[in-house]
Amino acid sequence: MNVLLDNLDLFGPFFLTTIELFALAAVGSLIFGTFLAMLRVSPVPVFRAFGTAYVTIVRNTPLTLVFLFMVFAFPLLKVVKLDYFTAAVVALTVYTSAFICEVVRSGINTVPVGQAEAARALGLTFTQILGQIVLPQALRSVVPPLISTLIALLKNTTIAAGFSVAEAGAIRQYLSERGENQLVGLLWVALGFIILVSVLSVVQRSLEKRWSVAR
Amino acid sequence: MRIRTLAVGLLVGGLALTACGKEGTPTDKPAEGQTGNAATLPEYVVAQNVDVAGSAAFAKAKGAKKITIGVKDDQPGLGKKDATTGQYSGFDIEIARMVAASLGFGKDQIEYKAIPSANREQAITNGDVAYYVGTYTINDKRKAQISFAGPYFQAGQDLLIRADDTSITSKDTLKGKKVCSVTGSTPIQNVRTQKLTEDANIVEFQGYSQCVDKLLTKDVDAVTTDDAILKGFAAQDKSAMKVIGQPFTKEPYGIGLGHDDKALRDKINDTLQKALDDGTWQKIYDATLGKSGSTATKPTLEKY
Repeated sequence: MNVLLDNLDLFGPFFLTTIELFALAAVGSLIFGTFLAMLRVSPVPVFRAFGTAYVTIVRNTPLTLVFLFMVFAFPLLKVVKLDYFTAAVVALTVYTSAFICEVVRSGINTVPVGQAEAARALGLTFTQILGQIVLPQALRSVVPPLISTLIALLKNTTIAAGFSVAEAGAIRQYLSERGENQLVGLLWVALGFIILVSVLSVVQRSLEKRWSVAR
Repeated sequence: MRIRTLAVGLLVGGLALTACGKEGTPTDKPAEGQTGNAATLPEYVVAQNVDVAGSAAFAKAKGAKKITIGVKDDQPGLGKKDATTGQYSGFDIEIARMVAASLGFGKDQIEYKAIPSANREQAITNGDVAYYVGTYTINDKRKAQISFAGPYFQAGQDLLIRADDTSITSKDTLKGKKVCSVTGSTPIQNVRTQKLTEDANIVEFQGYSQCVDKLLTKDVDAVTTDDAILKGFAAQDKSAMKVIGQPFTKEPYGIGLGHDDKALRDKINDTLQKALDDGTWQKIYDATLGKSGSTATKPTLEKY
């Protein structure tokens, strides 16, 4: 208990940064991931190819490499200057989007083709079919894998500790320099993550209940 | 058919390439400011029939007929692992080797284990290593968990800057400058608590080499940690970087060992005292860190 109470100045702000990282990257990758999924099912071959290439490349790249690129290689291109927190959000978003994309695409596949055909027969455009008929149903059927991907994102935020973002993953190193017992410190960090993940699980259960589709 | 041709081509090409790599490896001529010049390093006499009564770590090593020593593998001049040969070299490594010899373990009976700073106490208390030699500052907080022999070197926190930078002259001119060090390390916590620069200008990475990389691309203005470590980096590229040379803390380096292992601690202290007295310590320094051009004063042992 002492390890936690004596170092509340670490645990508090560091976990707050973790939550901020998670929230921003989650919103970013939900939006970008869904957009990528739309590319992957679009009737235009170039879009489909781009979507497939993105998912294949990013999903096969370790997250640490994505971070390394954002922090050490990207600044050399001199496009925009990102601070380390923003760079971490971008890296996490770029990486998680590829997984969200595949989850959403699998959801789209659960919607019977007949619905899209019926919608097209009514004269709806591609955007309308996807946005009003297919995607709402698709997202409802993929709540559990979607939340799983977000839980993975939450834990992945700890990688940012190595790239100048002071978040929960860095707590151990600070404790070590303060001469505290690191094992006890790590248990508290683990407990913190269990609490955060539990919140996501509760969200998942309530969404599942509310959105369950009768088929 | 085409696949088979491709495979054969790749195989032949690959073999040719590796053969090229083997020829003329640059390891036999040590670079300027690098360690590895075996001629000037002292030879250590491997003691026979040593017994350190009451030391569990020593008993374990004797039973296994080899000794495991915790070191750093990423600090040029102090503890550095050569990527091509897998050989360790540097000041800390020589001290580790000398102590091992006094305990009766020759060169081929030493197993080095690279352990990063944050894991040191844990590795020592778990008994993963018999002792640890790697830029390990003696302080009271650490003494509560482990104990120290030494100090065998006296370092101090300093600043590494670009060679053409004239705006930083001491720790008091850091305001508004970006300062980099290892995540959560004592040097960067010193910078934060003494308000040497603004919090937003503090940059933290996993290793000093990443900080040095950022220093050279001008994303940070100074790298801070112990002068011994910084001198090692400056020696690699003297035209690009320099150490200010005004250490503002005292960092006595000790050999970390198990908390209750007084027997081994006394034994190592005796070895260090002997090396300081008979000139072996000076020889080791001259052949390693001394190559950066700076001199060092001998430390005084704190026996407890």
